[in-house]
Amino acid sequence: MSRADVLVDVDWAEAHLDDPKIVFVEVDEDVSAFDGGHLKNAVRLDWTKELQQPAVRDVIDQDDFGTLMSAKGISNDDTVVLYGGNNNWFAAYAYWYFKLYGHEDVKLLDGGRKKWELDGRELVKDVPERPATQYAAKSPDLSIRAFRDEVVASIGGKNLVDVRSPDEFSGKIKAPAHLPQEQSQKSGHVPTAINIPWSKAAADDGTFRSDDELGKLYGEQGFDDSRSTIAYCRIGERSSHTWFVLHELLGKTDVKNYDGSWVEYGSLVGVPIQNDTSQKAV
Amino acid sequence: MCGAPDQDTLPALEVSAGEAVVHGTVVRGGQPLAGAYVRLLGESGDFTAEVQSSATGYFRFYAAAGDWTLRTLYRGGSVDTAITAAQGEATSVQVDVPE
Repeated sequence: MSRADVLVDVDWAEAHLDDPKIVFVEVDEDVSAFDGGHLKNAVRLDWTKELQQPAVRDVIDQDDFGTLMSAKGISNDDTVVLYGGNNNWFAAYAYWYFKLYGHEDVKLLDGGRKKWELDGRELVKDVPERPATQYAAKSPDLSIRAFRDEVVASIGGKNLVDVRSPDEFSGKIKAPAHLPQEQSQKSGHVPTAINIPWSKAAADDGTFRSDDELGKLYGEQGFDDSRSTIAYCRIGERSSHTWFVLHELLGKTDVKNYDGSWVEYGSLVGVPIQNDTSQKAV
Repeated sequence: MCGAPDQDTLPALEVSAGEAVVHGTVVRGGQPLAGAYVRLLGESGDFTAEVQSSATGYFRFYAAAGDWTLRTLYRGGSVDTAITAAQGEATSVQVDVPE
């Protein structure tokens, strides 16, 4: 696995928009973004309605993922190129999701929607008609998904990488600053976690930094290559971005995304939490 | 939700005692600039949040009291704006983007 296998740039994407075996998939939390214009021939995945179970907080199961892909007209042997807004947070989450269910050839568009827009590249409103397929999802690859008990058991053992902003890590704020701060969770972080914000891995335009820069970044922040790793954020999107960097770009082994993340961990009764602020948020 | 809400459909602004809101408008040549990427950077320059300005150029962050930098990206460049947020208040700023 190398960078070229998992990441494409905007020039490559523009040259492959009409390739029938390449499916561009936009994933945003803001579905109106797609309606306002998207890459030619791209289809949309709605993370709130399609990538989450309606009642239970969890990913959809293997059969439902297969049904979803079939309805989208995506085949097992298609190359899926994911992109989205928010510096590819949700696209990276979808990337992790495709890997969870064993899709072979998945790539991220470097810089996502932002890079594409800032370049002034073409966005269209036409939605392609893709005939339904018979997609067979594989059983979930739990080697890339962490659950809460494993996180608690990993305190002081694995690399716990908290990829939220320093102010969320310390406990100063509870959520990214474009969101209201009224949250039920306790604030702070998992003890022994190291804070390497996802944003350090990307330039302002949303493109990933070079492998050399990335390797140096994690090394300097105390990432221990001899240990297994769990990445987390607030709800698992930003940590998917870092999971992509560590596992897909840098090729580190045994890296999991804890998609329960702080919304789950900060709500658990009795687990250890470290809060670095003098005035503890309630 | 971890991502940026659509700035066109934000609820009416209510600032609770524990919050410090930073909001404003991106303007180019006296006209609102839609679709600019506005990033909120913390005191050490760390990324905290990013939204796209609405059709009326509007953006809003729920920050904390203290000094922040707004970095606004648009086609052709970016501009930084320093701002200080206060607890329980909404601090307003206009970001002027060069024509």
